[in-house]
Amino acid sequence: MIRVVLPPHLRTLAHVRDEVQLDIAGRVTRGSVLDALEARYPMLRGTIRDHVTEQRRPFLRFFACARDLTHEPPDAPLPDAVASGAEPLLVLGAIAGG
Amino acid sequence: MSGVRVLVGTRKGAFVLTADGKRKQWDVSGPHFAGWEIYHLKGSPADPNRLYASQSSGWFGQVIQRSCDGGKTWETPGGGMTKTADGMPAGESNKFVYDASPDTGKPLTTHQWYDGTQHPWEFKRVWHLEPSLTDPDTVYAGVEDAGLFRTSDGGKTWQELAGLRGHGTGPKWQPGAGGMCLHTILLDPSNPRRMYVAISAAGAFRSDDGGTTWNPINRGLHSQYIPDPNAEVGHCVHRIALHRSRPNVLFMQKHWDVMRSDDAGDSWREVSGNLPTDFGFVVDVHAHEPETVYVVPIKSDSEHYVPDGKLRVYRSRTGGNEWEALTKGLPQRDCYVNVLRDAMAVDSLDACGVYFGTTGGQVYLSADAGDSWTPIVRDLPAVLSVEVQTLQ
Repeated sequence: MIRVVLPPHLRTLAHVRDEVQLDIAGRVTRGSVLDALEARYPMLRGTIRDHVTEQRRPFLRFFACARDLTHEPPDAPLPDAVASGAEPLLVLGAIAGG
Repeated sequence: MSGVRVLVGTRKGAFVLTADGKRKQWDVSGPHFAGWEIYHLKGSPADPNRLYASQSSGWFGQVIQRSCDGGKTWETPGGGMTKTADGMPAGESNKFVYDASPDTGKPLTTHQWYDGTQHPWEFKRVWHLEPSLTDPDTVYAGVEDAGLFRTSDGGKTWQELAGLRGHGTGPKWQPGAGGMCLHTILLDPSNPRRMYVAISAAGAFRSDDGGTTWNPINRGLHSQYIPDPNAEVGHCVHRIALHRSRPNVLFMQKHWDVMRSDDAGDSWREVSGNLPTDFGFVVDVHAHEPETVYVVPIKSDSEHYVPDGKLRVYRSRTGGNEWEALTKGLPQRDCYVNVLRDAMAVDSLDACGVYFGTTGGQVYLSADAGDSWTPIVRDLPAVLSVEVQTLQ
């Protein structure tokens, strides 16, 4: 069971209150987690990564286990603690004015 | 009993204001989509309970929302409308992808960038949603970077009308300070094949074949920042408006200058007349008097607020040139708000109601065609758009 913590606006859009739990068969990577997240919550497609290019939206970052994983390749394995469900993958919006 | 529903888009959410035909007591609901920028929302003329909203964010991109009950509940209509295993709506966030096929519209890949070089088209957001006059499932979307999209399935999928972006002048279009946006879409009520759009900073365009092919309609516009006085495109048109009884007559608020066309945009003449300044964003037409026009002059292109600290709507009953200041009920000192291009609308009750929203968060109503004004709400986030539905 993979745990994902979304920023508040995306929790509202997806109609979820707390962290999201996902079952993933195979390798646990940022790409496979986002694939599973978007399959379960299609309204999130295009909000974290571009619909077509799958590029990360510039003001979003990915953290886990006190590490910034934003610039890791999307097919790189996530930490074991994320794969085991001990720690969540955090999707964070950049702090910005306005 | 008749009534009105005012749809207000703001920097931090949408608000729905409703009243009966007296327009005295108002119910305010919202914020809907709290914290998101709502550039525009508008109801279908064919089904007033069908509303569409453009919800966007610098963080999370573009979402289209749809309501089928007049704004009480909303859904994301993108993709399939199946339910998830938990019974949740499975609508996908909306996808706006520029048409790159060689078969349609000679698609372009670049436009002019701020430094004069060519720059690829990049979708940023939907500025304006214009529902079809006859079909609640058909809606046009004006987007940044400037392009026109259409859905015919109630917002599930969107396709670009690439003939606009690809008709030939696209490489000369350039962004203004607010981005390169298609912000105005007018549908001719007497001719379903004719439509108009306006783009900052490219100009106005007309299609006579339902949006397949387009031509610039900017003859007579003069922009001091363009060396060529007869430039076909490059004009920073802020807004155009028409009266449904005379769709060949167009009124335009350009960056500077208020303009009028009597031939469906083929030629324009200036009607700024005695306005204190002819810079501004909004222009609209009285619901029952096609020669009665409203603008809100703004001090200048470098000072985006009303002149002299006075919020004044100007009305012409002569189709331009002769303007009178409307001030009763509006602040006449220490006021420095702006009124953005999509933030004025009229209802069609017997005594035409005129509405506008400010960057200070006020939404003002005149229930007597502009003679006197009162705020419906005073303290919303900065208002981006105002639309009104007259309900029977």
